[in-house]
Amino acid sequence: MTYLAKPKLLSADAPRNALGYTRRDYEGAISTLCAGCGHDSISASIVQACFDLDIEPHKVAKLSGIGCSSKTPDYFLGNSHGFNSVHGRMPSVLTGAALANRNLLYLGVSGDGDSASIGIGQFAHAMRRGVNMTYIVENNGVYGLTKGQFSATADKGSKSKKGVLNSDSPIDLAALALQLGATYVARSFSGDKEQLVPLIKGALRHNGPALIDVLSPCVTFNNHSGSTRSYDYVRQHNEAVNRVEVILPRDPIETSYPPGSLRRIVQHDGSILHLRKLDVDYDPSDRIGAMNHLQERQALGEIVTGLLYVDSSAQDMHSHLNTVEKPLNQLGDAYLCPGSKALEALNALLR
Amino acid sequence: MKSAQSIASINDFVIKFANVNGSGSASANELFARAVMRMGVPVAPRNIFPSNIQGLPTWYEVRVSEAGWLGARGGCDMMIAMNPQTWDRDVASLDAGGYLFYDSTKPMPASKFRDDITVLGVPLTAMCNREYTDPRQRQLFKNVMYVGALIALLDMEFGVAEALIVDRYRGKDPLIQANVHALRLGYDYVRAYLPCPIGLTIRRADAVGDRIFIDGNSACGLGAVYGGATVTGWYPITPSTSVIESFTSYCRKYRTDPDSGHARYAAVQAEDELASIGMVIGAAWNGARAFTATSGPGISLMQEFFGLAYFAEIPAVIFDVQRGSPSTGMPTKTQQSDLVACAYASHGDTRHVLLFPENPYECFTFGALAFDLADRLQTPVFVLSDLDMGMNESLCKPFDWDDSRRYDRGKLMTYEELEAGKDFGRYLDVDGDGIPYRTIPGTHPTKGAYFTRGTTRNAYAKYSESGADYVYNMERLRRKFDTAKNLVPAPVLHAASQPTRFGAIHYGSTSPAMAEASALLEADGIHVDTLRVCGFPFCDEILQFIADHEQVFVVEQNESGQLRSLLINEGEIDPKKLVRVLHYDGSPITARFISGRIADALSDRKISPIRKVAS
Repeated sequence: MTYLAKPKLLSADAPRNALGYTRRDYEGAISTLCAGCGHDSISASIVQACFDLDIEPHKVAKLSGIGCSSKTPDYFLGNSHGFNSVHGRMPSVLTGAALANRNLLYLGVSGDGDSASIGIGQFAHAMRRGVNMTYIVENNGVYGLTKGQFSATADKGSKSKKGVLNSDSPIDLAALALQLGATYVARSFSGDKEQLVPLIKGALRHNGPALIDVLSPCVTFNNHSGSTRSYDYVRQHNEAVNRVEVILPRDPIETSYPPGSLRRIVQHDGSILHLRKLDVDYDPSDRIGAMNHLQERQALGEIVTGLLYVDSSAQDMHSHLNTVEKPLNQLGDAYLCPGSKALEALNALLR
Repeated sequence: MKSAQSIASINDFVIKFANVNGSGSASANELFARAVMRMGVPVAPRNIFPSNIQGLPTWYEVRVSEAGWLGARGGCDMMIAMNPQTWDRDVASLDAGGYLFYDSTKPMPASKFRDDITVLGVPLTAMCNREYTDPRQRQLFKNVMYVGALIALLDMEFGVAEALIVDRYRGKDPLIQANVHALRLGYDYVRAYLPCPIGLTIRRADAVGDRIFIDGNSACGLGAVYGGATVTGWYPITPSTSVIESFTSYCRKYRTDPDSGHARYAAVQAEDELASIGMVIGAAWNGARAFTATSGPGISLMQEFFGLAYFAEIPAVIFDVQRGSPSTGMPTKTQQSDLVACAYASHGDTRHVLLFPENPYECFTFGALAFDLADRLQTPVFVLSDLDMGMNESLCKPFDWDDSRRYDRGKLMTYEELEAGKDFGRYLDVDGDGIPYRTIPGTHPTKGAYFTRGTTRNAYAKYSESGADYVYNMERLRRKFDTAKNLVPAPVLHAASQPTRFGAIHYGSTSPAMAEASALLEADGIHVDTLRVCGFPFCDEILQFIADHEQVFVVEQNESGQLRSLLINEGEIDPKKLVRVLHYDGSPITARFISGRIADALSDRKISPIRKVAS
């Protein structure tokens, strides 16, 4: 986190979206992460996705836990309220925020230490509870702020920068999210903005818990030859299952990809996901198939990226709780307080 | 068998029901207590129950007191001995001259009784076996039968209990008929075969007035409804769970949108206490009034979040229904032992606002007030109840509400104010009271957004590792805490009938016992001014009360004297001035205990008057 604001220099011909905002309006403070950190690429992808979707920045609430990844919400959407909570407990804080106002967009940013260790319980329950959010895990398999310990997503057999061999099996957060009932599950790579931006856009438009597990190499502690999270390793082992484009009804986007390989998925809000399948056998509406596919590819030592699963008819927590349409934080006294007459009647029953 | 010196008392005695947990006796026992109340005689029942579902012993103690004493008295004048497992203990616990009521279906040897008590046998099981074929009915109606027997023995009006059954099962005629029939069976048997009334009798009186009969947890839940709470994240734990059950029940009644059928509230059962307080903090950060209910172990788990809410300055309301501690302690027994844990919850220099209701009425009023205070002060506010107050029904004044009252949402900066160019510094002390302004997410497109964090920041919420910024915040938080002194409810003074050098300080559910203890002491010529503390931080009146008395007894239900420690620490009081009066075996403190300890202490110090009271 930084106290340095970005300089307010803006080119007169900077592109503007339908709201009249430039990409600068979606940026935040200057990053204090290491130069070349994959997390900054993810921040840039979030900026791009929000700009493209004409999202009003102040209608986004961005929440995180503790760690390198959790610092990043300070570096994008500077006009949004942010919340850097406690280690691993972002999901509950986000859940509460979403309960209070169903009309904002909720963006949770977390790390592998944050989500797969201390926070794995809250991660799991937020997924099963149907919280309407985009949950991005900036996954580098290592603890950066405490200088290089393995996280719970680190692959068995990988080596730390100090040469220590990891003997524990890794937790696959995407596989876990699939099993727990998340209705939008994707995996991407921070170096592949072309894939990541559409995945974020799809998640932001999704009505329900959307997880994107983004492999984001740590340039300082996990970008060495023994690592399975280095730039080189991930590029060599990356196998995309599809490519995603979000086409909003009000502003269709032409795709440059061959139409024969597109799959249309209409989401709850009417937006359409066009999936370009690279694997002809892959069906992103099949939860069990997605789980199997992940396991099969993992057994082959490959990293599957792309939109793994989406339930286009998903309902969120507010539907489950049957809450009123008006945000709970906007209900006035008259809607909340039953008043003295109700008490008089209640008193009579209690005698 | 009959004692020559049976206790004789009208409208002033203690009856204890010894049952087996899971036998369905609770509603029958409560029926008896309510019937006493409906006859205009004040009643104070208490459940003494184990931490299991079925099989272990449970007791229900009913204190009948026309004088209106609602604290536990101690001792037992009549035992309804329905649990063979505790028979010997129950018989032994009767006061001399007391009455033992038992199921005489199976003959008992004389050695199982005492010579100095009156034994009243009714063949309840045999009667049930003749009347009912279903085993569950046999059990449940046996309980109603002994209530019918008691109605006759104590010379109560049968119609009062009958009317209660009609009220309870209104619209379910078969249930009404079956229960009234069982009640009548017990009543008629006693009238036919036993000498009644016995020495203990209930006579119609007019000592209840317009008071209501409700438990503290239900009142807390209602207070949260009236306080405008819309979000609760919670996790089940004895003895606080019924706070949430009450909240959701009242919300279903009062907060269901009549047009759409949708809920104007959200209650989420979290995966644990950490998540429950996390949800509360997230909701409150986003402008909703939010709360949770828990007990000591939950308070322990929530510590890190309390520190975050304190330092990041986020409102939150926590109902802590205290129970026997530390650790799992005595989960179904009462204590006041979370005081220090709540006052200084979390690491570092944190201080929290605490409210201490004394009965269900204050559970309601303090519960509603807590939301105003949390918003006004932008900080967690703890409402400290306990198992005795929370899970037992008691008489209290009827609930009331001023319809002109509006929720105090505190210093919320609006879109219009931001648009007008008003300076917004999230942690800027604009008014000198330590309380800054806040904005709610989504307020303005370009102004007023800030980053909430548990790390140090400057007055404009920018991350800072500057010592000066840290000190600014800590000093402002101290100012805010000082501001809170004048916002929490004022203490309640009861002056002795004569000027005295002695005072007693107490809080919460200790109150009824303390009031009775004062009367006992006065009757013995010992005069003590009492002060009930209603909130923390301590206001000046409390410190002045201590300064005005030579010796002050601090009466509380924990082992270490936590209120005393807080007074010493926060008020910089000389420890010698504060004398511990501590009760912590898990049972509610009694007037006999308090008056005995105070009288003993004064006697030991050879300060007249020194007459002891009976203990």
